[in-house]
Amino acid sequence: MNEGLPIAGVAVGRLADVWVYLSASPLLGLTVTLLVYHGAFVAYRRSGFHPLANPVALSVMVLGALLWGTGTPYATYFEGAQFVHFLLGPATVALSVPLFEQLARLKRLWLPMLGALVVGTLAATVTAIGVGWMLGASKATIASLAPKSVTAPVAMGISEKIGGLPTLTAVLVVCTGILGAASARYLFDALRIKDPTVRGFALGTAAHGIGTARAFLVSEEMGAFAGLAMGLSALFSAVALPLVAGWLLKLV
Amino acid sequence: MIPALAALLVFQLIGETLVRTLAVPVPGPVVGMALLLLTLVLRPSLLPAIKPTAQTLLQHLSLLFVPAGVGVMLHLQRLGDEALAIGVALVVSTLVGLASTALTMAWLMKRVAPHADEDTP
Repeated sequence: MNEGLPIAGVAVGRLADVWVYLSASPLLGLTVTLLVYHGAFVAYRRSGFHPLANPVALSVMVLGALLWGTGTPYATYFEGAQFVHFLLGPATVALSVPLFEQLARLKRLWLPMLGALVVGTLAATVTAIGVGWMLGASKATIASLAPKSVTAPVAMGISEKIGGLPTLTAVLVVCTGILGAASARYLFDALRIKDPTVRGFALGTAAHGIGTARAFLVSEEMGAFAGLAMGLSALFSAVALPLVAGWLLKLV
Repeated sequence: MIPALAALLVFQLIGETLVRTLAVPVPGPVVGMALLLLTLVLRPSLLPAIKPTAQTLLQHLSLLFVPAGVGVMLHLQRLGDEALAIGVALVVSTLVGLASTALTMAWLMKRVAPHADEDTP
């Protein structure tokens, strides 16, 4: 044995062992997800909740760079992150609470909401398919684009049914939510839409949970309508989109 | 917090079971949401037990989309190859979706439910 073997070398070897262990355990993926999101949220708060400083966008960029930099496969990361992903289900159920609290107004506005829901959902789907087709996207990409305004778990199910790639749809769903949450204020101001119920409902219909999160930041009222729209759009889309999008995809 | 979390999971479980048994194309959590809403309507006294946990979960709704978003790693190739089509489709369809929903609802509110929001509660 070489007497002069530096202790530093041993320590580095140990560290490498620790890394091998940690990188294969769910602990790391989960911890990093929470830490990065917290950092992104602090930045969002410092910006005065500016719509362009979206915490999901920032987190995805940082985490993507970390995975890429450390050569960690997404599947390994997801072993840990799945615990966060799983909470989408209970969170959807939890939307019944703000809905219940706004029930009186929901009852009065059911017809305008239903009309807006059908028009908005179909318009988003048809334009996604139409633009994708005109600009020469492949069929699998177009099918993955079609349900992107619906909340992630539902959109992934629809995508699978109509020949898309569920994981690509999940990414496009998140992009749509970020875009919607970031642009809504400017768009609504330009269209002179001031009513918070209308703004909330449109955000939930076109930008699902990320739009809803944004709406809750502005006010409970706007959030409740966004949550309602997200739930209704998930229901309506789950039934209607496989038919409508499936039929449109036969044409392209 | 634990009873509330358990309640949310139980409703999701009922939703998933119903959806699979009846083979309807609706997601289980959405059915769970509808059932919990119905339960709250029938028993408003349950609200205080569930509300704090539900609010905590909804306040951090954005976080829950992060793991799916990082999945972008799996599709960099395709996203790069079809960047223009995907990018334009995303932007156009999101803006059209937002605008058409808002304009339709505002128009219908004027037509169908005029002054609906003016009576004070």
